[in-house]
Amino acid sequence: MKEILLPALAMGGVGLVLGILLAVASKIFAVEKDERAEEIAQILPGANCGSCGFAGCSAYASAISAGTAKINECSPGGQNAADRIAEIMGVSGEAVEEKRAAVLCKGTIENAAEKYEYIGVQDCVAASRLQGGGAKACSYGCLGYGSCIKVCSNNAIKIENGIAVIDMEKCGGCGECAAVCPKKLIKIIPKSAKYVVKCQSCDKGAQMKEKCSVGCIGCKICEKNCPADAIKVENNHAVIDYGKCISCGLCAEKCPKKIIELIGAN
Amino acid sequence: MPALVAIALTSIFTQNFVLVKFYGICPFLGVSKKVDTALGMGMAVTFVMTLASIMTWLCQQFILIPLNIEYMQTIAFIVIIAALVQFVEMFLQKSIPSLYSALGIYLPLITTNCAVLGVALLNVRTASVISTAGSYTLIESIVNGFSAGIGFMLAIVLFAGVRERLENSDIPKALEGFPIALISASLLALAFLGFQGMSF
Repeated sequence: MKEILLPALAMGGVGLVLGILLAVASKIFAVEKDERAEEIAQILPGANCGSCGFAGCSAYASAISAGTAKINECSPGGQNAADRIAEIMGVSGEAVEEKRAAVLCKGTIENAAEKYEYIGVQDCVAASRLQGGGAKACSYGCLGYGSCIKVCSNNAIKIENGIAVIDMEKCGGCGECAAVCPKKLIKIIPKSAKYVVKCQSCDKGAQMKEKCSVGCIGCKICEKNCPADAIKVENNHAVIDYGKCISCGLCAEKCPKKIIELIGAN
Repeated sequence: MPALVAIALTSIFTQNFVLVKFYGICPFLGVSKKVDTALGMGMAVTFVMTLASIMTWLCQQFILIPLNIEYMQTIAFIVIIAALVQFVEMFLQKSIPSLYSALGIYLPLITTNCAVLGVALLNVRTASVISTAGSYTLIESIVNGFSAGIGFMLAIVLFAGVRERLENSDIPKALEGFPIALISASLLALAFLGFQGMSF
């Protein structure tokens, strides 16, 4: 009996003494924490997506409570979270600029040619490291192996006809997909944006036509027709400046290749 | 005195805890991205090792040996080290918040760092040079714990210096990140094996 009791008591005693010492120490070295930071952290979605520009939700929460960050940076949390944070912080709510992701490519299986048949890991990052940057003839096009699907925490992406399609309802605009896409053709745009140019090719118009039937040829018709001076052709493809865009839809109407699209309509 | 210097030199160089004995590899790889944080981690480990050497030695001499339960060493030492790390964590959070946030997850990880447990166990198992009877005396334990920590700090700071240089180097795609870090760590360990020829 003694052989068991003695070590048990000795170890228990050591543990007890250390426990009491730690309890005393935690009182002495207590750090005052801002309670608001914890409350805010509970409101935030907890996805740690980083779209606010901080290391994670708790880092953003402590930055808000310290007064060094705006309360409207959380895109996944949206207006709802911002309003509740505003309540805690005692400031008037600011409008959240909600964001979403958009795939800037229309190169489906029917539209875009392929250089070779790819039989390998179903992963865009892996495929893009091969000679020529993947099987698609257009080296700027969506490979459609779904690397973006794997990182999406909202299940908002699916592959249709060989290209990624984003479900606007589900997308929180966190930007994980944009970060992982080896072709850099997923862009984070304001949710209010209505029109996107669905091509990112830097190839010249004539070369483009051989590879893909829905590529931007850089004709500049959109640029000439835009009343707000918001669309520009850079590197042989059109780019919309959403700060200036008035969503009139004139560019989409005039585009000969019909690659400027109204998004969220279908 | 020469005996103490010999113990110190042994734990810093010839029997370096990280690069020769391969204890405490986790923080060695984890916190060695910047020299500043590596230095902080090295100091935290040195501090914990020295304190742990004292506490575990006292525990061994005044609790475990009198009660004849030396076989409880591992459990008793782990409990003591864990409590110590908790204490250091509280202390740092209050006094040096910048170091606390820089160490992040690795400070609690010292709790289960085999280097700290290793130094505590070696202290009570290595034959003493000063006294003829039994294992290391208290002063030898303290010197051993402190210099083992210094050895850890030396290794991690050297390695952090190497990794800072690696950041700006052109590394083959397949080796980027941890692979090249592990290769440089092994080269560093190889260099430290050069001290094997020295005897104290």
